[in-house]
Amino acid sequence: MKKLWKGNEAIAEAAIAAGCRYFFGYPITPQNEIPEYMSWRLNEVGGSFVQAESEVSAINMVYGAAGAGGRAMTSSSSPGISLKQEGISYLAGAMVPCVIINMMRSGPGLGGIQPSQGDYFQATKGGGHGDYHCIVYAPASIQEFVDITYKAFDTADRYRVPVMLIGDGMLGQMMEPAEIPPMKNINRLPKKDWAVDCNNGGTQRLINSIKIDANELEEHNIHLAQIYEEIAKKETEVETYLCDDAEYIFVAYGSVARICKASIDELRKEGIKAGLIRPITLYPYPTKTIAKYAKKRIVKKFVTVELSMGQMVEDVRLAVNGKKPVEFYGRAGGNVMMPGDLVKYIKEGK
Amino acid sequence: MIVQKKPQLLTDTPLHYCPGCTHGIVHRLVAESIEELGMCDNAIGVMPVGCAVFGYNYFKCDMLQAAHGRAPSVSTGVKRVHPDALVFSYQGDGDCSSIGMCETVHAAARGENFTIIFINNGIYGMTGGQMAPTTMEGVKATTCIYGRDPKINGNPIHVAEMLATLTGPCYIERVACDNPAHVNAAKKAIKKAFELQIAKKGFTFIEVLASCPSNYHLTPLDAQKFVTERAIPFYPLGVIKDTTKEEK
Repeated sequence: MKKLWKGNEAIAEAAIAAGCRYFFGYPITPQNEIPEYMSWRLNEVGGSFVQAESEVSAINMVYGAAGAGGRAMTSSSSPGISLKQEGISYLAGAMVPCVIINMMRSGPGLGGIQPSQGDYFQATKGGGHGDYHCIVYAPASIQEFVDITYKAFDTADRYRVPVMLIGDGMLGQMMEPAEIPPMKNINRLPKKDWAVDCNNGGTQRLINSIKIDANELEEHNIHLAQIYEEIAKKETEVETYLCDDAEYIFVAYGSVARICKASIDELRKEGIKAGLIRPITLYPYPTKTIAKYAKKRIVKKFVTVELSMGQMVEDVRLAVNGKKPVEFYGRAGGNVMMPGDLVKYIKEGK
Repeated sequence: MIVQKKPQLLTDTPLHYCPGCTHGIVHRLVAESIEELGMCDNAIGVMPVGCAVFGYNYFKCDMLQAAHGRAPSVSTGVKRVHPDALVFSYQGDGDCSSIGMCETVHAAARGENFTIIFINNGIYGMTGGQMAPTTMEGVKATTCIYGRDPKINGNPIHVAEMLATLTGPCYIERVACDNPAHVNAAKKAIKKAFELQIAKKGFTFIEVLASCPSNYHLTPLDAQKFVTERAIPFYPLGVIKDTTKEEK
């Protein structure tokens, strides 16, 4: 049944439905409703919540709980996600699956608390040290946030990688109708034979990211790269909107993609054929979809629209590979473009 | 003659520690205590960054290797999933009282029901002898080559006493391994901490004054003498907090 949900609270309830029983967080705007909701709700379902002393500590609690086989999650916003990067690198290195939510705010530094997409590079290109990736989703509505949070725990477990969902204050704070999927029975989740449990005299299970021998570590790096390749094949998600006959193609994700759709509808009323490619996964990136449209004769140009000074545009340029012009339209600092701004941009032929 | 057998929780892997280092003794005391409490099949260890980073090679129980200083947070997460397991983190002075002091203090303040074995040798071992938060005044390190001067390098921290000011911990004791009597006392303290954890009494902390012959440039025997003559007078041994006594 659909109910009116605040974004952050819907994410928290979807995580619980997915079997998340361990949440560790630290207050930061605009994601506070997630830890607040988890603090009482996890108690009801027999889980555990800790308000950690810092984001650094929270992500390491996730490492412990997820390394011990629990479904664990943390959430934060940009400056807090920076603090979690050390832990995320360890989670990736030790192959401990978990779910991380980043309700992005504007930066750099302490920045502001209004919507931004300034953490694209951090989320998709590593963020922490070393040779690793997280699977990164960028939902555009509260229902999509719910659905992806719900499946993110399965995806994380399947590949043993951290999964990150990125949104912004707009998605976290607004209310929309959404349906929470059914509560999973945590006793029926797939068994994790790698997780530390009490080994009952059996072979030691070890959660570890130190591999001091160069050959052993290279083997591990190659193994991770193979997993990322598999993920790219099976998990890449993208939505196209009115792209088939489009001459102008916007590329945008998250809340910005919704603004682009409104612009496209307005442009089409005036006979201008515009469309949208919306990456749902930012890593793996839907390079093939963009490359396919880049080859189409009818396409005049791509316009990447972001709440930043230009980050995802680099991946769009790599995918287009010089076949068509790739332009950039961005707002920053917490300012958000209006649909009319993009209509004007296309009509004035900039 | 007393013949000691090897604890069954320890593997046959040769220790990588330097001759005269206290880690080997403390590993043994931890393993013996777990075995005597019948918890070999129900123990999870969390290792630090520092000389004990490869400690998981020596224990047969399940283990996690934590980021530098984060073992108390990792242990917190593990204990939430396995509340009935015996969870211990094993941390040096750089790990536990420098980069991880925040995590240590807050795990203690929350009264998390696990045990920290804190190896205090007053120096950074693995990285090659830099000053630690517990390096005593006048002691030379590679980052204070004329000896620690509080005016330049700040003052050493009495970690056990500081944690004892918190409500969360139920048992804190400082021990040493510089002679057989002290080793026996250390064993008793570690075992007691584990017993209290099993009884779900709360946070327990055992500080072990340890030797580091390599970085103090001392022979193994002189390194033990340093603990006896210099470390113990500055860091007094004994029970620093025990709330379980009051309960009786």
